[in-house]
Amino acid sequence: MTEAEKTMGSPVSVQDGKENPQRPILEVRNLVKYFPIYKGALRKRLVGQVHAVDGVSFSISPGETLGLVGESGCGKSTTARTIVRLQEPTSGEILFQGTNLADLKNSEMRKMRQNIQMIFQDPYASLNPRMRVEEVLKEPLREHGITKDPRELDRRAREMLHLVGLAPEFINRFPHEFSGGQRQRIGIARALMLEPSLIICDEPISALDVSVQAQIVNLLEDLQKKLGLSYLFVAHDLSMIRHISHRVAIMYLGALVEIGKCDDIYQNPLHPYTQAFLSSVPIPDPKIQKNRGKVSLEGEIPSAIAPPSGCRFRTRCPHACELCAKERPQMQEKEPGHWVACHRAGEITR
Amino acid sequence: MNVEKIRDTALKVENLKVYFKGKTETIYAVNGISFHVDKGETLGIVGESGCGKSVSTMSVLGLVPGRGQVYEGTADFKGRDLLKLSRKEMDAVRGNEIGVVFQDPIVSFNPVYTIGNQLMEPLLTHHKMDKAAAYKKACEMLELVGITNPEQRMKAYPHQFSGGMRQRAMIAMALICNPDLLLADEPTTALDVTIEAQIVELVKDLQKQMNMAIIWISHDLGLMAGMADRIAVMYGGLIVETAPVEMLYENPLHPYTIGLLNSLPKINEGYRRLESIEGMPPILKQFPTSCPFANRCKRKTNKCQEANPPLRDAGGGHMVACWEL
Repeated sequence: MTEAEKTMGSPVSVQDGKENPQRPILEVRNLVKYFPIYKGALRKRLVGQVHAVDGVSFSISPGETLGLVGESGCGKSTTARTIVRLQEPTSGEILFQGTNLADLKNSEMRKMRQNIQMIFQDPYASLNPRMRVEEVLKEPLREHGITKDPRELDRRAREMLHLVGLAPEFINRFPHEFSGGQRQRIGIARALMLEPSLIICDEPISALDVSVQAQIVNLLEDLQKKLGLSYLFVAHDLSMIRHISHRVAIMYLGALVEIGKCDDIYQNPLHPYTQAFLSSVPIPDPKIQKNRGKVSLEGEIPSAIAPPSGCRFRTRCPHACELCAKERPQMQEKEPGHWVACHRAGEITR
Repeated sequence: MNVEKIRDTALKVENLKVYFKGKTETIYAVNGISFHVDKGETLGIVGESGCGKSVSTMSVLGLVPGRGQVYEGTADFKGRDLLKLSRKEMDAVRGNEIGVVFQDPIVSFNPVYTIGNQLMEPLLTHHKMDKAAAYKKACEMLELVGITNPEQRMKAYPHQFSGGMRQRAMIAMALICNPDLLLADEPTTALDVTIEAQIVELVKDLQKQMNMAIIWISHDLGLMAGMADRIAVMYGGLIVETAPVEMLYENPLHPYTIGLLNSLPKINEGYRRLESIEGMPPILKQFPTSCPFANRCKRKTNKCQEANPPLRDAGGGHMVACWEL
């Protein structure tokens, strides 16, 4: 962490309360993704842009889980997909172990994906129904030219199934023969086949039943310990994010509003949006839940086509002042490793 | 003892069985469940997907999809058995005396009519109101559910509303005839938590004003903790445990309920490894002759495989179906 980066407002990566001396495995700097909106059937003209991701910066250390949370439409999935270049970034840098992914050619990016894999939200849509589990698991090894020896391929696929808690006998089955939780395990196995160091998890559990969610989360935790993986864990469920992440980044309308260690954010949220967001998460305990003072948010998220000037949250913020409309707040470090983008952070108490 | 708590029963369902008969096999979706809800009370029905929670409540209104059919049971509502009503009689109850809010607000509105049109419809058909009065009442209702500028919004089509607003409009439509009972089938599942919190507060307020009974179906035990007065936990087409809300969370008895509560991370607590329930919910291809939870249960004995445990009283309105208690 250099002084220059600090003044740029790049959030520090902190683990276990200490500054991590290791180089971050992934560093995202000022990532921007706009989706153009066209009108007209014959002569398409650009009429606007959806500001899906607008200047997002964060970093992930080796072996760390960063939780990226926000409500639907805040740009969290777009951020995840842009990092692996399933969508091309409009601008910004994506530094993976020092290499800027945004500059790579497609063929180079393809090679890079050995190290960065993705787990998708919908276990029903993300597996090809015509491919047996065997094919699903062996394809990445073949594609990346790691091995072509059929016996080696078979051994690796069976090993991987065992690792994710499925019986190796399932190797000849088709995806439709599995339940949602089992399919998600196959999705995880596929992602792990290339022994990546970073896994982008795009809402991997939100399509699953409660009792099955816990199975998958425990599996992801075990794999992280065993293989030293880093996760970017995208979700909308704040309780689950607290459970699985070391650090959390809260996103609102295309921008990060707060980032920091899990406990700091949950015990001492500084941004008014984080405060409201946290207070609306239900707690499975009637005594607490029925007597909780609510910081209920008024209204709904504004359109990302024409986001509000200055601070994007100001239209719903109970503490908004004149400055908020004029100037976009920059990330500032309020306590070690805890960054917040709010003009009035610190003045506001819950 | 509980003299104050004795209230009028709004709906009493007994021994309800709903099956889906196909050409080759039958799915036993609901296998003889009984529940009731009192006026002014909220009954929460909790369970995972496929446990029969939606089918059991929707069948009471004759809204079982596809090949589903009610095979047995009674549903006593104001002295009438809803399951025996003719289609015409049911039409007069649905949307009038019983309001319904569905999970997905985009598919529950007709896209080609304006919101105003659809809001006024129940008033025009059930209450035979004239258009001007219905219009006024619909505007009032929109305002009540927190939609600003109702006169403008009446002219809007459903796609012009956001998810949260559509669900508010849906609630307005369900409540416009002052129903005695509101059936809410996962009404906030498609919404974000901040919007969900708004909708829950709104429904609770309206319940107090109108003293109606609510059956709220959900898979979210966190949400239910703040919403429900009493909870029924469903598994494999059966109610396995029912209790007043505080009792259920403080002292859950059924191994499934315990497992479900332990598998949830709590936002107000530090790290603890989640206890998952191994295995997966049963596919209900035969009528349960054993405990439906037996093959996932840590405490199972031979008896659990042999017979299905009945609901037994554990004291204070707490009922549980388990041999091992």
